[in-house]
Amino acid sequence: MLIFILKRLGFMALTMVIVSMVLFILLETNLFYKGDVATRVLGPYVSAEQREMWREQHGYNEPTYKRYFLWLGHFVTGDLGSSLRFKGPVNDILWGRLWNTAILGFWVFAIMIPVSLILGILAGMREGSKLDRTISVTSIITTSVPEFASCVIFAAIFVFGLKLLPGTSGMADGFDFKQLILPVLVLFTYDFGYVARMTRASMAEVMTTQYIRTAVLKGLPYKRVIMRHALRNALIAPFTVIMLQINWLLSGVIVVEFFFAYKGFGALLLEASLNQDIALLEACAMVAVFVAVGTQMIADIGYTYLNPRIRFS
Amino acid sequence: MADSRDEPVLEIKDLNLSYYTRAGEIPAVIDFSLEVMKGETIGLVGESGCGKSTVAMAIMQYMGSNGGIKSGSIKFKGRDLNKMSDEELRRLRGAEISMIYQEPFAALNPSLTIGTQLMEVPITHEHIPEPAAYDRAVQMLSDVKLPDPERVMAAYPHQVSGGQQQRVVIAMALLSQPSLLLLDEPTTALDVTVEAGIVKLIADISRKYGTSQIYISHNLGLILETCDRVFVMYSGEVVEEGTINSLFTWPKHPYTHGLFGCIPLPTADKNAAPLKPIRGQLPLPHERPRGCNFGPRCDFFEGGRCDDKNIAMTSVTGSGATDHRVRCLRWQEIDYGKQVAHGEVKPPMEVGEKVLEINNMQKYYEIHDRSIAALIAGKTVKLVKANEAIDFDARRGETVAIVGESGCGKSTFAKVLMGLETATSGVVRHEGNDISQIAVRQRDTKQIGSLQMVFQSPSDTLNPSHTVGNQIGRVIKKFGVESDKAKIRERVLKLLDVVKLPRDFYFRRPRQLSGGQKQRVGIARAFAGNPSMVIADEPVSALDVSVAAAVTELLMEIQREHKTTLLFISHDLSVVRYLADSIVVMYLGQIMERGSTEEIFSPPYHPYTEALLSAVPIADPEVTKREIVLEGNLPSVMNPPAGCPFVTRCPRKLGKVCEDERPPVQMAADGHAIACHIPLEELRKIESVIKVPQLDERIHVKGTKETATVD
Ligand SMILES: Nc1ncnc2c1ncn2[C@@H]1O[C@H](COP(=O)(O)OP(=O)(O)OP(=O)(O)O)[C@@H](O)[C@H]1O
Ligand code: SF4
Ligand code: SF4
Ligand SMILES: [Mg+2]
Repeated sequence: MLIFILKRLGFMALTMVIVSMVLFILLETNLFYKGDVATRVLGPYVSAEQREMWREQHGYNEPTYKRYFLWLGHFVTGDLGSSLRFKGPVNDILWGRLWNTAILGFWVFAIMIPVSLILGILAGMREGSKLDRTISVTSIITTSVPEFASCVIFAAIFVFGLKLLPGTSGMADGFDFKQLILPVLVLFTYDFGYVARMTRASMAEVMTTQYIRTAVLKGLPYKRVIMRHALRNALIAPFTVIMLQINWLLSGVIVVEFFFAYKGFGALLLEASLNQDIALLEACAMVAVFVAVGTQMIADIGYTYLNPRIRFS
Repeated sequence: MADSRDEPVLEIKDLNLSYYTRAGEIPAVIDFSLEVMKGETIGLVGESGCGKSTVAMAIMQYMGSNGGIKSGSIKFKGRDLNKMSDEELRRLRGAEISMIYQEPFAALNPSLTIGTQLMEVPITHEHIPEPAAYDRAVQMLSDVKLPDPERVMAAYPHQVSGGQQQRVVIAMALLSQPSLLLLDEPTTALDVTVEAGIVKLIADISRKYGTSQIYISHNLGLILETCDRVFVMYSGEVVEEGTINSLFTWPKHPYTHGLFGCIPLPTADKNAAPLKPIRGQLPLPHERPRGCNFGPRCDFFEGGRCDDKNIAMTSVTGSGATDHRVRCLRWQEIDYGKQVAHGEVKPPMEVGEKVLEINNMQKYYEIHDRSIAALIAGKTVKLVKANEAIDFDARRGETVAIVGESGCGKSTFAKVLMGLETATSGVVRHEGNDISQIAVRQRDTKQIGSLQMVFQSPSDTLNPSHTVGNQIGRVIKKFGVESDKAKIRERVLKLLDVVKLPRDFYFRRPRQLSGGQKQRVGIARAFAGNPSMVIADEPVSALDVSVAAAVTELLMEIQREHKTTLLFISHDLSVVRYLADSIVVMYLGQIMERGSTEEIFSPPYHPYTEALLSAVPIADPEVTKREIVLEGNLPSVMNPPAGCPFVTRCPRKLGKVCEDERPPVQMAADGHAIACHIPLEELRKIESVIKVPQLDERIHVKGTKETATVD
């Protein structure tokens, strides 16, 4: 198990390094990104000398590989460079934004996981029952509505119709839970159907296995059959799915944060790329990749842990 | 609860069970009645789909979402199970009635420890505290003879072997000492020697606790060894029931009689007394005929009588019958003594020159071990000796059987012959050429065509999207037997005749065929290229008794006609005794004994052969066997013992020599080799395992006035 985790960690580090190289080549060399970096940074109205000086200062005249290591070194030691758009160190902006998104994500998951697991299990427990069909149909419908559409719909209902909730979530006067409700609702609606359906399928499959029959014919109370014998096996698949949802959430927030003007990571990413803010873009991309690889690793380890057949082989 | 001897534990009356599908109602079990007394073991025997499991599930009141009990009653200790509430049923299940399943691995929860799964039974039913439940479980595990019960308690199901898993399932069923035990093919998934151990265990434990049993099996031999009374089922109905002795000695129903003609009993012989398959096929539940279900396949069918109305059970009297009933109108009129009990007599086959010569063939696999321990020890590559020093010949027209239990290397051997693997060393000469190192891709079409294979599960090897005719035609074309389209077609049709399939099967696809029919197509395909040798890897073990008999006979007939050499790979010694000329007995990749069939079946025996012979159930009450039950499980091929491979289970083990030294190969006769440390003189003193009475000593012959006319 230890070796497995170490291997996974090593693999994760390797992935990050490779991604960083690709990022570097894409953004910091002229291979794909046409145009001079200095011009991009300093704007078109500076003299060639000034540009040259800037390049010298920032090490752009060094050979590419050296620059890469320098850049990587900065990155690893926590110096993420400075943002053009926000005129300050990336560190100052990024973490705050990430925290905001984490809060948003936390609430989405805190609601989505129990709701979708419970609904999925209830549906899968008695396949084909009325409850099962209701849950299945609902989850298909909610998942097929795109986020921007549900943003509009929910805003129309709660903001303009019922006038219950604020239409933007800028949190201008400090944290306000009310402003969080709509973004959470939109993300939850989009997300829960998928997890619920996965859980349902997994549960329904487990319920037809012979070991469930054994458990029933042992005379165990139905509750124990479900809780002890079915759940654990049924939750292995959804666990992985949920971990991968974190990943998805990171991209899913872009639309929602933009729509509700929520100051989170998704909005930041969008801004960085619209403004060609290279340092910020790099930092955001690395964070996103880190989360992706990290959740994948936890999913793998968790899967192994939940599944004794793999754990002890 | 007061059980008296005369009050049945279970009483089923006029039970009708149905499944409801899109195609309508399927009456799976009809008019089923049964009484089980305390301590009694009832056998339910019949071919696949006849409704055995359905009966068991109805007793458990667990028919699935589309099954239902249509009418009748199932009384357990006087209370009707059909009328019980869920809660009442729950209290009975696992406490008073428990069940043992066919596939132990699937029946155990993969993510709970064996201990948890065992302990919850007494905790649920008797509300005892955990430590007490733990002790009970450990005690029960040692009762079912599992070594190191504490370790097993902490293990997950996949961490113990198949035989051990079945012991765990048995322990689980017995934990609360039920009065009734339902066993649905409890040993079908196990090796023969392991099966013998489990069968004995179940019998011992039931005797100890006075448990009644319903034992479901398709194997008449096993039923004979385990049961007091037997019910023969055919197409949803019981067609005959009686005590073991009565029914096995005087079977009255033509179907029961037919079944005995299908199984290779020790009295059967491929030339003098061949098997006699039952003609036709089992009807589907919704296509049952009017009157007697067996009518269309019965040799004694009488129009107007047998197909008139449903036939009731009648009691059999006379000729020593006890508690014997049969569902046949004509049972009194039929005189089986006048019937030839077997198929047409055939002259023995002549064997020709050597076709296959195997010298010291070895096949090792490399296994890469990536565990920490292996990394530290620097032993990351392990050798698995799947075949070690294989030595034997086969002649033209001869049938050589390779016998052994799982993991003994039978299939590896077949793969090397077919060129799917190349040998590690040694020589495999087929028609003069050494093919041991030639992979199938490098073999020319003639070589491939002359060496063909019939597989265990025909469905896996037939292409589902091509018609039968197409698949056989391709082979003919590929091996250059014919090239003209019309001629190919002609030949395919002939082959269909040979394997006794109707010619219009030419256009059918595999999914439209039954298991036995698919296997016939497999055989037709194997013989399409006029091979000089055919390897058949367990070709009938997945088939029902009557279908298996037909396929076996077919294989023999074609072989006879083409003078093909047949390598028959099997774990079933009765089939092997019936059809093989010579036998190779393997254990953990090595040959333990080889010789002619006669030599293998009579002393001197190799101790493993002796145990194998004793383990095979024989469906003949007058055949006596010496009981040898092997302790323990088959060792893993990854970790074979250093000396004799059989040393861990050998009842005749001599001592340290067996552990440390490879046994010498001793020649008991020309061509009869035994690999054992015990001197031949000692082995010769051992008496025969199976004793078959002479025909004139037989009860049914002595019992009837006229002597049976068996040729
Ligand atoms: N769930 C089901 N739905 C519809 N038909 C079924 C179902 N289960 C069984 N049957 C049908 O009922 C009949 C009896 O099946 P059953 O499983 O009892 O046979 P069996 O004697 O146990 O056979 P086997 O030896 O293959 O286990 C068969 O014709 C089968 O096809
Ligand atoms: S009733 Fe008639 S058809 Fe049926 S088994 Fe008896 S003789 Fe054969
Ligand atoms: S060599 Fe020893 S262990 Fe092996 S079969 Fe002979 S007596 Fe048994
Ligand atoms: Mg069955």
